[in-house]
Amino acid sequence: MTETLPGTQSETLPEFPGVRAEKCPFDPPPRIQALQQDGPLTRVRLWDGSTPWLVTTYAEQKALLSHPQISSDVTRPGYPLSAPRTAGGSLSFILMDDPEHHRQRRMVQGAFTVRRVESMRPAVQRIVDGLIDDLLAGPRPVDLVEAFALPVPSLVICELLGVPYADHDFFQDNSKTIIKRDTTAEERAAAGGRLFDYLDGLVGDKLDHPGDDLLSQVAARVKAGELTRAEAAQMGVLLLIAGHETTANMIALGTLALLQHPGQLALLRESDDPKLIAGAVEELLRYLNITHSGRRRVALADIEIAGQVIRAGEGLIMANDIANRDPAVFPDPDELDLRRDARRHIAFGFGVHQCLGQPLARMELQVVYGTLYKRIPTLTLATDLDRIPFKHDGQVYGVYELPVTW
Amino acid sequence: MKVTVDEDKCCGAGNCVLLAPEVFDQREDDGIVLLLNAEPAGTEHARVREAAAVCPAGAIRIGEGA
Repeated sequence: MTETLPGTQSETLPEFPGVRAEKCPFDPPPRIQALQQDGPLTRVRLWDGSTPWLVTTYAEQKALLSHPQISSDVTRPGYPLSAPRTAGGSLSFILMDDPEHHRQRRMVQGAFTVRRVESMRPAVQRIVDGLIDDLLAGPRPVDLVEAFALPVPSLVICELLGVPYADHDFFQDNSKTIIKRDTTAEERAAAGGRLFDYLDGLVGDKLDHPGDDLLSQVAARVKAGELTRAEAAQMGVLLLIAGHETTANMIALGTLALLQHPGQLALLRESDDPKLIAGAVEELLRYLNITHSGRRRVALADIEIAGQVIRAGEGLIMANDIANRDPAVFPDPDELDLRRDARRHIAFGFGVHQCLGQPLARMELQVVYGTLYKRIPTLTLATDLDRIPFKHDGQVYGVYELPVTW
Repeated sequence: MKVTVDEDKCCGAGNCVLLAPEVFDQREDDGIVLLLNAEPAGTEHARVREAAAVCPAGAIRIGEGA
């Protein structure tokens, strides 16, 4: 099964991922977004010359992400890889199919129920208030990423997992290496190996001295023979990376987007209505869609959709950033409008792999967006927008630094 | 309106609980959906339909009538 079209044909195809326009750091790459007008499915060319389908529209992305004949198994031929991968090692369950994915996910899902997450809200509010106290007492300007956006979710996920926060430089640096698009396969494997060894050590500690944390629950599954120790450590790596990197980017990029839309920022600053704040979180998730590398799958059987046939073994990329800008679902999709009903967005993906930690992400962002701009009402950018280093090279989008003052 | 849920399909993402907490909850140990009210009052119908539409696993079914 080959996925590569003959050379001359393949070379004219748009490259994926695309390049964002210089003056529009919040919008998807224009060449990719324009493909939506050509229909729901089109071919694109990846870094390795393969030519999977790009699914451009909201309805078809949802239909395919919930289709029983598509696979998330990264080891299957035809899977559209985002970067070179080194064989071997243990895979996390986001790269597996049911029933094994379902079995492993259920072991940790209980920690992220809406009710459990809601019970953590006062603790998250204390963390956010404490970090803002430090900001206000500290020097100006300050890098909001380092001083606030990264510490909030890192402190929260460390507490939940039972990982010592003192190690944050270590796990943040290795996470950053793993999710950069231009990291070599060797560097990625080495960073992954360091995190794996670190979590493996923690799982070992929890086996001997269980605490009241999620990693101890995972270790208990190892003791019960339901997980191997390698699977447990890999699960820890997944939860640790996903738990801080994504939310940190939403905090910093969201703040930058709001500073560029002062009328929208004023809505948040002046409102105490939890519904408005929750709605603002959904709209920022839709508008920014930081997981901008697409949801990737491979077809297990021939699938007919939108007048096309996707053949078994062909790769599929669901570009959820442009689905969330689909005018058929979101009128004036390129407008940031905190008062719109954006709850249907698929920034967390769709199908059985939809983000496991989404209730936690939502709650953290509600606390942050509902607090930061009220406590620092004169918050402003301390540099020009065109000097902000954006994560164009990241699997997850955001900013590397955000100098702010007040 | 008659609501049914498929516990085997449910992936525990919790969207339904956020949208219609009077109708849906989650099991504490593994986050799987708990149906609190299979025949919700008319005031809940819009929220339940939205919950079914956003359920990533297609685990919520709505029968009309009755």
